[in-house]
Amino acid sequence: MHSPEGVAGLCLIVLLAAMAFAAPLLYPGDPLAIVGRALTAPFTDPALPLGTDRLGRDVAAGLMHGARTSLLVGLATALVALAAGTLVGTVAGLAGGLMDEALMRVVDAFQIVPGFLLALAFVSVTGASLPVIILAIGLSAWTGPARLVRAEVLSIRERDYVAAARVIGMHPAEVALREVLPNALPPVLALTAVIVATAVLVEAALSFLGLGDPNVVTWGSMIAEGRNVLRTAPHLSMVPGLGLVATVLGVYLLGEGLADAMAGRKARG
Amino acid sequence: MHRALTMTRRRIVSSIPVLLIVIVGTFLLLEAAPGDAVDAYLLSLGGGDAGLVAELRQSYGLDQSIVKRLTLYVGALLQLDLGWSVAFDRPVLDLIVERLPNTLWLMGAATALAFSLGSLLGIVAGARPGSLTDRTLSIGSLALYAVPSFWLGLVLVLVFAVDLRWFPTAGIETIASGKTGLARVADIAWHLALPVSALGFIYLALFLRMMRAGMAEAWRQDFVLSARAKGLARRRIVLRYVARNALLPLVTMLGLQAAAMLGGSVVVESVFAIPGFGRLAHEAVSGRDAPLLTGIIIVSAVLVIAVNLLVDIAYALLDPRVGSGEVAP
Amino acid sequence: MSAPLAEIRGLSVSYERDDAQSFALQGVDLDIARGRRLAVIGESGSGKSTLALALAGLLAPQARIEGSIGWPGLAHPPVAGRDIGMVFQHPGGSLNPVLTIGEQVAEGAVRHLGLGWRAAKSHALALLEWVRIPDPQAALRAYPHQFSGGQRQRIAIAAAIAARPGLLIADEPTSALDMVVQAEIVALLDDLVREAGMTLVFITHDIALASALADDIAVFQRARLVEKGAAHAVLAQPAHAYTKHLLAAQIDFSTPRLIDGVADA
Ligand SMILES: Nc1ncnc2c1ncn2[C@@H]1O[C@H](COP(=O)(O)OP(=O)(O)OP(=O)(O)O)[C@@H](O)[C@H]1O
Ligand SMILES: [Mg+2]
Repeated sequence: MHSPEGVAGLCLIVLLAAMAFAAPLLYPGDPLAIVGRALTAPFTDPALPLGTDRLGRDVAAGLMHGARTSLLVGLATALVALAAGTLVGTVAGLAGGLMDEALMRVVDAFQIVPGFLLALAFVSVTGASLPVIILAIGLSAWTGPARLVRAEVLSIRERDYVAAARVIGMHPAEVALREVLPNALPPVLALTAVIVATAVLVEAALSFLGLGDPNVVTWGSMIAEGRNVLRTAPHLSMVPGLGLVATVLGVYLLGEGLADAMAGRKARG
Repeated sequence: MHRALTMTRRRIVSSIPVLLIVIVGTFLLLEAAPGDAVDAYLLSLGGGDAGLVAELRQSYGLDQSIVKRLTLYVGALLQLDLGWSVAFDRPVLDLIVERLPNTLWLMGAATALAFSLGSLLGIVAGARPGSLTDRTLSIGSLALYAVPSFWLGLVLVLVFAVDLRWFPTAGIETIASGKTGLARVADIAWHLALPVSALGFIYLALFLRMMRAGMAEAWRQDFVLSARAKGLARRRIVLRYVARNALLPLVTMLGLQAAAMLGGSVVVESVFAIPGFGRLAHEAVSGRDAPLLTGIIIVSAVLVIAVNLLVDIAYALLDPRVGSGEVAP
Repeated sequence: MSAPLAEIRGLSVSYERDDAQSFALQGVDLDIARGRRLAVIGESGSGKSTLALALAGLLAPQARIEGSIGWPGLAHPPVAGRDIGMVFQHPGGSLNPVLTIGEQVAEGAVRHLGLGWRAAKSHALALLEWVRIPDPQAALRAYPHQFSGGQRQRIAIAAAIAARPGLLIADEPTSALDMVVQAEIVALLDDLVREAGMTLVFITHDIALASALADDIAVFQRARLVEKGAAHAVLAQPAHAYTKHLLAAQIDFSTPRLIDGVADA
């Protein structure tokens, strides 16, 4: 990876990952616990470098633990979406016919419902907890990979039809696993950056609306909390927001850098 | 125009099964919620006796089997009856019809802003790939693309409403101002300026980036070389050859983003206290109002289908190749 | 004999590739005689298109150019479109898919002849008639996808000559077309040069086509001009081994097979 953008993205993500890993070491206590006087200004108390919020909770601890939540949700959602999308796309592409038609209509249905509304409805039905939120966001994120994988399966099926047929006694699922998936993977991976970034943003929005997991710190809930004192202590909503921007930007930059690197290797190799 | 009509008809027919899946899926999802509409209603009343409960359950049809209720629901939908909102104690359809225009204005303005400014800046960037302007706009748009809309809303409020006092912090119009006609339109526009920016800027960045990428691709096309061989003015090559072709995928994106933007309006309307469709969704969740939420999801799906129809028509008008396999005499 | 239209002297064009210079043209000396038809032949990658682009001043900015191209008859460096018209290999790709034929044929005249759009459109109508597009009036408002490959190439030719350039460069204008259409396009170019007194540079792989059309022939091999001269002379007595090789290959190919089908089996 050579592009300066890609390197910048990598740096951002490494930094955020370091924050996420260091959070329980530096702030082993509950980041939601009240630790000081409410609304301590930043840089006034060395024990509370970023000050406290309206309830007296440590902003720095929240920021670090929030990075953990955001990255966790982003990665887990991508995993769920990729797994589900790959499964559906492969089945649709290999089965063809009525099965394919039916599955693709389901994909269409998931695509015309606003993903955020779907997540909202899902969370309201099952109650907010981190796994539920990951599933809820994954609900609208799997359609992209499903379409891509299906298209790839179809094109490969077309291309290597004869070769595949020659592989005597190979089960269709085996063909999919050995021949189709490795080829379909690069474009799907390119989608991953978008899924991770979207998931981070959607989780933040849900938390901002008070529909996130109430037992973990999230940047979205910190922004919502700070909003109550927007005029007097704007940093309380600005700082976690910058964390979100840095995360999403880092993911996009890294994704673009990786895609460029892959394209470059393909062109050269 | 004939092509567009045939396409429209085909599109409508093909979206019927998809819509049916949405209806059934949403209905079943919200059926799975613990407690039903009557529980929610009683909660809002503060309790009630068993007789009332049974009577209510019967009047809502809740004592029937789920299949029966689904058929009843779909049957009612066909007569444009979206059910009864327990939180507002009003017909769901009335609520939606009342709230939808605000959101349509918000989304329409945000889309117009994002599309016009985004494609314009994209042309500026893509006119000279690799130039300083191009790189600046490219990095700036990527940064903007990473900004969550609700947080951007807060930043805009902080700067332009709290500090500079140029715009109001919330609401869709001045309450009880008695304004009419153009004055009222201006008042609404003044109120919508910040929310439209908060909602639209992400898409502005998206359109800018797509336009830029599309132009980079178009520059490599043979017809650009032949335009240069004709000695055409650079301006004409950039606009009529490069940008004109790069515009087409942007129009498609307009349809693809309709659903996402509708979702985005939920948070933005909450930030700016705009009584719109998105905020209604938030209120439905807070009020555990399953019928309302079901109605909102179904209507938003219809809305997305409608936007995509419009986009298809626009695309057919912009791309002469659509839908004609014919070869001239 | 009058002064040539263009005098190419010591022309080299190179591109940076993996930290080394790779030459697309190297030390080319060639005159393009006014009013004559020059065929440029050579294998793929020998630098034919590069020569065409260099003449029209359309080389990519990263190309390194040495040597000179003089235009004795022109008071100023030639302007692409006005002094030089170009036709490319892929008739589909060289027309803008979203603009009408009328606009694409007329725009050169608007740009270089100072015509208004209305006058340019009627000029375009005449050009389309001249290149024998059926129903030219309707064609003005039609789009490229509505025409066959051969028709598109005729349209591209009409667009290329819209500003009445003195030199027309056709870069393999027929190699994407089938045999019958090829012959029609060649005949059209031939007519054009005769009637309008234009100079033609015709780039091709096909030595038979070159011999049918050209007054002069220039043979390129691996970035170098290996043989040039009057067509009949070059074809009758090729001096360079590569030209002989090309001719021999051509004769083999066009000799009827004794037993049909055997070679294909
Ligand atoms: N923009 C460029 N950058 C780098 N190399 C180039 C570029 N354009 C041409 N070349 C190289 O220059 C050489 C000559 O190319 P050119 O297109 O002139 O060949 P040609 O004779 O027209 O071949 P063909 O018959 O296939 O059209 C080739 O090796 C090509 O790879
Ligand atoms: Mg060539």
